[in-house]
Amino acid sequence: MDITLNHYLAVAAILFVIGLTGVIVRRNLIVIYMSLEMMLQAANLTFVAFSRFNGLLDGQVFVFFVITVAAAEVAVGLALIVALYRLKQTTQVQDLTTLKF
Amino acid sequence: MEHYIAWSLLILPLVASVAILLDLYRKHNEAVFASVGSASLCFLIALLIAFGKIPEPVAWTWISFPGFNVEIGMVFDSLSKGMLLIVTGVGLLVHIFSIGYMANDPSRGRFFGGLSIFMFSMTGIVVATNLIELFFFWEGVGLSSYILIGFWFQKDSAALAANKAFVCNRLADFGFMTGILTFWWLTGTVSVRPEVLAQIQAGNLLAHSWSFIIAPLPLMALGLFAGCVGKSAMFPLHVWLPDAMEGPTPVSALIHAATMVAAGVYMLCRVYPLLILSPHGMLVIALIGCFTAIFAALIAVQQNDIKRILAYSTLSQLGYMVMAVGCGGPDAAMFHLSTHAFFKALLFLAAGSVIHALHDEQDIWKMGGLGKKIPLTSWTFGIGLLALIGVPLFSGSFSKDYVLSIAYAYHPGSQIPYFYWVGVFTAFLTAFYMTRLFVVTFFGSAHVPEAEHPHESPRVMTVPLVILAVLSVIGGYSIAGYGIKDYFHTWSVDQLQAIGQVSNTGAPEIDWILEMVVPFVFVVFGVGLAYALYRNRRTDPIHLAILAHKFYFDEFYDRSMVGGQQMAANFLAWIDSWILDGFIIRGTAYFSVGLGELLKLFQTGSLQGYAFLFSLGSVVLIYFTLFWH
Repeated sequence: MDITLNHYLAVAAILFVIGLTGVIVRRNLIVIYMSLEMMLQAANLTFVAFSRFNGLLDGQVFVFFVITVAAAEVAVGLALIVALYRLKQTTQVQDLTTLKF
Repeated sequence: MEHYIAWSLLILPLVASVAILLDLYRKHNEAVFASVGSASLCFLIALLIAFGKIPEPVAWTWISFPGFNVEIGMVFDSLSKGMLLIVTGVGLLVHIFSIGYMANDPSRGRFFGGLSIFMFSMTGIVVATNLIELFFFWEGVGLSSYILIGFWFQKDSAALAANKAFVCNRLADFGFMTGILTFWWLTGTVSVRPEVLAQIQAGNLLAHSWSFIIAPLPLMALGLFAGCVGKSAMFPLHVWLPDAMEGPTPVSALIHAATMVAAGVYMLCRVYPLLILSPHGMLVIALIGCFTAIFAALIAVQQNDIKRILAYSTLSQLGYMVMAVGCGGPDAAMFHLSTHAFFKALLFLAAGSVIHALHDEQDIWKMGGLGKKIPLTSWTFGIGLLALIGVPLFSGSFSKDYVLSIAYAYHPGSQIPYFYWVGVFTAFLTAFYMTRLFVVTFFGSAHVPEAEHPHESPRVMTVPLVILAVLSVIGGYSIAGYGIKDYFHTWSVDQLQAIGQVSNTGAPEIDWILEMVVPFVFVVFGVGLAYALYRNRRTDPIHLAILAHKFYFDEFYDRSMVGGQQMAANFLAWIDSWILDGFIIRGTAYFSVGLGELLKLFQTGSLQGYAFLFSLGSVVLIYFTLFWH
């Protein structure tokens, strides 16, 4: 069986939905964060797949940028979560409702 | 050199008032010296001008646009020369009188500063070459009048009277400005130089104007007359003048009797060549003047304050002057103005001397028997009185008879010379109320213990009285000297004949019985009646509430104008607080707040909920973007 573009896209879609489900159902901030990263990688996968099947390098170049930005974002995000944990002694989202009226 | 002297007529009092304003108002003697000194020099300059020693200075341009030129200049013709002598002469005497009258006032420096501002503004009105310049000085006399009426501003009544005078004059000035604008619109100039007016009268009105409004000429005449109604306190706006008696008595004499209130009449005479182009305007002027004359005289019959009686008398005499202008006799108006300036200033200053002698008592029923105790004041007051009521050979009789002869010739719409008869009846009333005042104040014996021992005023006050008394006697013989009759003769006769209003103003169709004897009979009757009624009385035998309350005009204005204004203000306040503030401003704010209250219900604080809704929204958006056509 040949691996076609649709297979790649299907995998990416499954990854994205798993990530989204994680974001919606999980309560722990770190897990939500990991699920977010998974959604990001699903997007990266579609980039690479399109790049390969279109014979262009633009998508792969873009993925490098996304990975770089994601790394920086992880650094900031994890630092925020650590700071939040120090403040509240919890990383469960249902406990973080300070801005609610 | 002569130009500098001419200009210093205006500059000297201005310098004196500014010096007093900046520094001298605390140094009383220096302030008095500056003010009286400038007034004396002004009188000397006015004399030089009157005798033709000083030519008109070259005017300089103030505002210059195409079609609108305003200059600052001086016009010296026989009209302004005569008025200038009256203003500076009476002004100087009042300044001197004030030295004595205000000697013990703790802020007399300020008083003399006000007098100097007045002298500056009043001479400015007299010599003004155009209506804009005249209006500038017109407001100047309004200002000085305000300052001096409210001189004793610690008293509420004085402060309120000053406000009242100011407001009434503001109201009238609106009409005056309308008149000035219409004047400029019709003629293309604001100049009132006699030669310019002669050209305009000869038919150089701007043609384009006529199509715009229905009656431009009456609008101009009545607009200018509105200025006179305010300044000269004619009928609808007369209410401020009696209240202005709250000011010091020399102010009442100079500003509110002799000169400033006559400025309206003077202004009418200035623009007279254009006034007569509007016969309807002239008729309104005559009617208002005539009505004011009899109306004020009726009120004066029942007043008890010595200054208020004189104030209503002033109103009545101003009515005579305005009536004379309206009847086509500006020369008679100016003649009566000059004699009135002398004898009314005299009466006020003598009344001031009485008040001074009795330590600020103004109620005539608390005086009595002053004739023997302060003889000089009494005699001069008596002379002023005889001149006012028009006893033959005193100045007032000449001018009043002349006014009546003018009025006799003018009776549009009727065969009866009604202006004449109202004038004659007013003369009767004048004789009545002045005799009442004199008998109650000076005859008999003192009505109250405080009036037992009055003291005659010092020389500095009595000398001006004597000078004015002499002028009040001889002032009537000098009309030829003013040359005013000739001055107006060139305007009046031909023009009025052309309009067909008056058969012949040059020699009115009146015989000597109607001109002199009939008024005199009425005067004698008035004097006799008042003497019989008021001799040896200690209270007023007549009680006419409507006259004592001045026909309820103050109450009427209080209800209609002040009350109406209050109602309008309340209504606007309601709109402001409920519509503007309540609905628009606070309504918007509450709407925003309410919307926020509603929307914050969506903020559940559940992160997962947000994420779910966000993804759902994204899916919906993507769906519509891709598959919706």
